[in-house]
Amino acid sequence: MSGTGTLTVTTPTDREIVLTRAFDAPRRMVFDALTKPALLQRWFGARGWNLVVCEVDLRVGGTWRFVARGPDGTDMGHGGAYRVIQPPDRLVYTELFDDQSYPGESLITHALVEQDGRTTLTSTVRYASREGRDIVLSYPMERGVAEAYDRLTELLQLEVDGKGDGS
Amino acid sequence: MSPDLLDATFAALADPTRRAILARLASGEATVTELAAPFDMSQPAISKHLKVLERAGLVSRGRDAQRRPCRLEARPLRGATDWLQNYRSYWEESYQRLDALLDDLKAKEGRA
Repeated sequence: MSGTGTLTVTTPTDREIVLTRAFDAPRRMVFDALTKPALLQRWFGARGWNLVVCEVDLRVGGTWRFVARGPDGTDMGHGGAYRVIQPPDRLVYTELFDDQSYPGESLITHALVEQDGRTTLTSTVRYASREGRDIVLSYPMERGVAEAYDRLTELLQLEVDGKGDGS
Repeated sequence: MSPDLLDATFAALADPTRRAILARLASGEATVTELAAPFDMSQPAISKHLKVLERAGLVSRGRDAQRRPCRLEARPLRGATDWLQNYRSYWEESYQRLDALLDDLKAKEGRA
């Protein structure tokens, strides 16, 4: 693994979340990873969640649809439409979750800047309302905690079975 | 941290004047008059902002009836930071897989 940049998360306005992260690869590769289903399926989403549906109609006005299946079989679907497709430096699309608990589509803008073979990806998620943003921010936290407990359970199970590193 | 307090914290932080007030208080307590000085704003307008900050638990007022100095309360800010940190971990996990994928793509291209 390249051990590249640190991910920073900021909230420059009350309707936005901005994620910035550097990758040790040219931006055309990062752009591909954001738009090609075969590649998206290999990295996108939370741990333990696999993309069972990953459809991309990569043209302006074309739609995308992802369904992620969680460890307990829960499906989480979301999708939207492409607004700007400008490889390798800019991608803009809308996003709406199937079971979204707040109103309105979000607008996601990816900006890719390459320097010396490294790419800085800046992803801005703009929500229809502040409430929407705040609700979304609270989801991964719950999921993250659940996953941490899952990993702890696995570890404890290994210890119980006498297969743990420390036994 | 309760969702209500988190809402109040983020709402309070969404305003540039209130962020400037917090920045000023980070260097020590101040009275409303002192806080109003650098802004082109009336004291009642500043007091209104202070009320929002107080409700969010970001600012407390001293007991001295004359001056009632304002001071910064850092704990809710910490809560808001921790919250963003959780969001960060979620995406960092995904991006680490993207790192591995990109390494793989580069290796394949190198062989081609």
